[in-house]
Amino acid sequence: MSTTNNGEYFIPEPSKWPIVGTIALTTTVIGAVNTIHSGSLSIILPIGLLLIAYLFFGWFSTVIDESMAGKYNEQVDRSFRIGMLWFIFSEVMFFAAFFGALFYARVFAVDWLAGGGNNAMTHELLWPAFEGIWPVLSNPDNAAIPAPKEAMAASGLPAVNTAILLLSSVTVTIAHHGLRQDHRKPLIAWLAITVLLGAIFLVLQAEEYYIAYTEMGLTLDSGIYGSTFFILTGFHGLHVTMGTTMLIVMLIRSIKGHFTSDNHFAFEAVAWYWHFVDVVWLGLYIFVYWL
Amino acid sequence: MSAVIEEHHEHHDHKPTGIGRWLFSTNHKDIGTMYLWFSFLMFFVGGAMALVIRAELFEPGLQLVEPEFFNQMTTLHGLIMVFGVIMPAFVGLANWQVPMMIGAPDMALPRMNNWSFWLLPGAFGILIASLIMSMMGMGSAPNFGWTFYAPLSTTYGPASTDYFIFSVHIMGISSIMGAINIIATIMNLRAPGMTYMKMPIFVWTWFITAYLLIAVMPVLAGVVTMMLTDRNFGTSFFNAAGGGDPVLFQHVFWFFGHPEVYIMILPAFGVVSQIVPTFARKKIFGYSSMVYATASIAFLSFIVWAHHMFTTGMPVAGELYFMYATMLIAIPTGVKVFNWVSTMWRGSMTFETPMLFAIGFIFLFTIGGFTGLMMCIAPADFQYHDTYFIVAHFHYVLATGAAFSIMGAVYFWIPKWTGNMYNETLGKWHFWLTTIGGNMVFFPMHFVGLAGMPRRIPDYSLQFAEFNALATVGAFIFGFSQLIFLYNVIKTTRGGEKATEKVWEGADGLEWTLPSPAPFHSFTTPPQVR
Ligand code: HEM
Ligand SMILES: [Cu+2]
Repeated sequence: MSTTNNGEYFIPEPSKWPIVGTIALTTTVIGAVNTIHSGSLSIILPIGLLLIAYLFFGWFSTVIDESMAGKYNEQVDRSFRIGMLWFIFSEVMFFAAFFGALFYARVFAVDWLAGGGNNAMTHELLWPAFEGIWPVLSNPDNAAIPAPKEAMAASGLPAVNTAILLLSSVTVTIAHHGLRQDHRKPLIAWLAITVLLGAIFLVLQAEEYYIAYTEMGLTLDSGIYGSTFFILTGFHGLHVTMGTTMLIVMLIRSIKGHFTSDNHFAFEAVAWYWHFVDVVWLGLYIFVYWL
Repeated sequence: MSAVIEEHHEHHDHKPTGIGRWLFSTNHKDIGTMYLWFSFLMFFVGGAMALVIRAELFEPGLQLVEPEFFNQMTTLHGLIMVFGVIMPAFVGLANWQVPMMIGAPDMALPRMNNWSFWLLPGAFGILIASLIMSMMGMGSAPNFGWTFYAPLSTTYGPASTDYFIFSVHIMGISSIMGAINIIATIMNLRAPGMTYMKMPIFVWTWFITAYLLIAVMPVLAGVVTMMLTDRNFGTSFFNAAGGGDPVLFQHVFWFFGHPEVYIMILPAFGVVSQIVPTFARKKIFGYSSMVYATASIAFLSFIVWAHHMFTTGMPVAGELYFMYATMLIAIPTGVKVFNWVSTMWRGSMTFETPMLFAIGFIFLFTIGGFTGLMMCIAPADFQYHDTYFIVAHFHYVLATGAAFSIMGAVYFWIPKWTGNMYNETLGKWHFWLTTIGGNMVFFPMHFVGLAGMPRRIPDYSLQFAEFNALATVGAFIFGFSQLIFLYNVIKTTRGGEKATEKVWEGADGLEWTLPSPAPFHSFTTPPQVR
């Protein structure tokens, strides 16, 4: 079959990447479960992860090559945009599930365990000593699940991190302005600064985790406060990692001169993603750290 | 609806050959075919499990299988039918039909399309492997019901639960990518002149379904992720001892779960809205009200989830809110049923197999809708909940609803797909046996359910014996009549009376302007729609 691109539509050639993707994902999850179950790294997991890396590298290389060869028309560009926007929306909903869990725990679960609503007897019979205060620094069954000694303050590291992420959203926008005017120097410089800010964020986040674990007793298994704290900040951190990786790729491509002022969807997609990660952080900062 | 002014398709129909055609496909028809065959295969796998369940329930007492195995059967039957049969079948139909119906050459993102499909065999391979291991005496397959409530699935779940969790993740990725693709296709690839309010209803229902998918599949991913961490990393989301709450699981699950049931029925509405006008030889009655009703149902589906949790415990204000909100859904649903009936009113109707399935759908789905209305009355649901009444309800809407529409859709469009007419006599046999068998298995469940027979239990009291025996006989009729369907489909792909372009006298829409079988690439240049 040919590309059947009669100047009208673009349809890609048959491609091996989807099947590579399936093998990669399936291998990874089997490796992940085996690792969890055996408590030591299963060789299948790194193989799967390598396959995923190969997948991303290969698939995106193909797309970049096609794009550079001028095969994409405006319609393809629009499809990509629609795809990226709704992908980001699905990510928003993924975080919504965890925010929902956080709100439910804070508003209902903790209150009810402490006898709120019509749960006076539950409280009396199960854990009469439990007090419904958020952050939960004494769990209902504190012997089995020791609570953290203190809560993570909103000032200090998290505040610095908020500033860093907000700043990085600005820098990526400045880089985009540079790109739109075909000014490559500011593009590369501001993009590099954005990458740097992302990396600093991650380092500080790691430091925060380190303090939480070693000094505050705030761990993943320290009850509902630790659970919601780490699942939300953890998945956010993972997204910052992905975002930073994507920014690095954009930086390399900018240096190579892949983008022009009117054709740089990849850059925009990454910028959207970066803003999304930023907005999620604001929600986190307000509801996990601050209020 | 939409008429073609000018159309010229050049078909240079050289398809890729060999296994590579399927593995590396970027063609919406080939991918659609794979989805449909995958769903068909899973239909028989899940169906076999249903027959194991029904055989065990043929008479009171434990006879055929161990209770532990029975639990695995109910769980996997539910999971496979929902995620492996109904959803992939509808995506398959969307793949085949949406590009043809809107005048596009293919889906907007063909490579991603293929990935969406190929993830499914991976996910279900993992899931079914856990059952095979269990049958070989190595651990247990998931056994906590398709709703996998915590703590049954967290504290008490078997080791295979972790594989199950990741397989759900993979299914979710597949669904999300499929949905994004459908949205991009519909937004971006409509032929000139095909405005939104000219789109066939099937396209509309899928458009809205795709949004539902993007909104709730990530929530499902979230809830299984919390299960994973609760099981393995000591988090306390669903553990009251750590300040969490098992009821939280149900809220998050049903926030996904209720929209999910509409994900499985909206495309069915779409299919019926294509078939009924064709065989009534009239335009659909109330086109725009159909569109708005679909959108309202989709919106309402997000704010009614706790009608699954009336007996779990909620503040009374919550019970009342969810009761009244759920009742609202009956309104747009009623609009749809009214429109289908009005479309048939004074139409010149004929009753080919697709039409039989569509009319069967309207009757039987409506029965399921009514029982839904009964159950959404919170105080009454205290009696119905977790009994066979629920099982009756959702099998009316899913088996004789969603599955009926899929069968109808296959008969309706298979002449376009293969270029051959199916065997009408066999089709009618299939319809009547399925309808009789289906009602025989599911109708008695209302009675035993009202009388209090609990669901998901391998044994029951003596007074339920007759109805259960009847249901089992019905189930086997239902099950084995699907072999007629299989035979008919295979036979049609192999040959038969040649189909015309239009296939059906009353057919209307772009797909019927293409030759039968439709060329490998649907519209290589866009048709102009008036
Ligand atoms: C008129 C619209 C409907 C209403 C008012 C309604 C209402 C309900 C209620 C209140 C329940 C919970 C009963 C209980 O567990 O005690 C329920 C269960 C269920 N409904 Fe519906 N329903 C409607 C339509 C549908 C449709 C269209 C589908 C799917 C296509 C569906 C699928 C299900 C399923 C699968 C369950 C059982 C879930 C489980 O516990 O395993 N329903 N419905
Ligand atoms: Cu529901």
